[in-house]
Amino acid sequence: MVTPEQLKTWIETGFTDAQVSVEGDGHHFEAVIVASEFEGKSRIQRHQLVYAALGDKMKAEVHALSMKTLTPSES
Amino acid sequence: MTEQVSMQDQIKETVTNNGVVLFMKGNANFPQCGFSGRAVQILNSLGAEFVTVDVLSNDEVRQGIKEYSNWPTIPQLYIKGEFVGGSDIMTEMYESGELKTALDT
Repeated sequence: MVTPEQLKTWIETGFTDAQVSVEGDGHHFEAVIVASEFEGKSRIQRHQLVYAALGDKMKAEVHALSMKTLTPSES
Repeated sequence: MTEQVSMQDQIKETVTNNGVVLFMKGNANFPQCGFSGRAVQILNSLGAEFVTVDVLSNDEVRQGIKEYSNWPTIPQLYIKGEFVGGSDIMTEMYESGELKTALDT
């Protein structure tokens, strides 16, 4: 089972210096991601960056992930 | 390969021929997942007319829509052929009023 800590680490690999916090029970997770890479990007593009960081893990290990994606100035 | 192309074409046809399309698990009366249920609730509360596509009843659609949108999760909302987002984005846009605007225009 995936822990919030693992998920946090996976998400962080997709960004240079994101602040990531994850809560969850192993099946459903809620993540808040603050990253400068989100600057100038639409909501869809921001989520796609997170999904890209997770890659195939989204298909297998992670079943449900809610997220908020913010730039440093929005947080 | 040809089958793959035709599934993408089929999805394109569905989202362009219908004003509002929700790809979801289950249907509007019986959502099979909390996120899909929330998406239906949001659309209903805005009085939107929408069609739903149950991805659980067709695995080709389920995989096809993920490729079409470059988005790994369900539900997915389309308005006038444009991908709007999943349930998080729908919730944010609902709360900010953007979703109502997108549906009304």
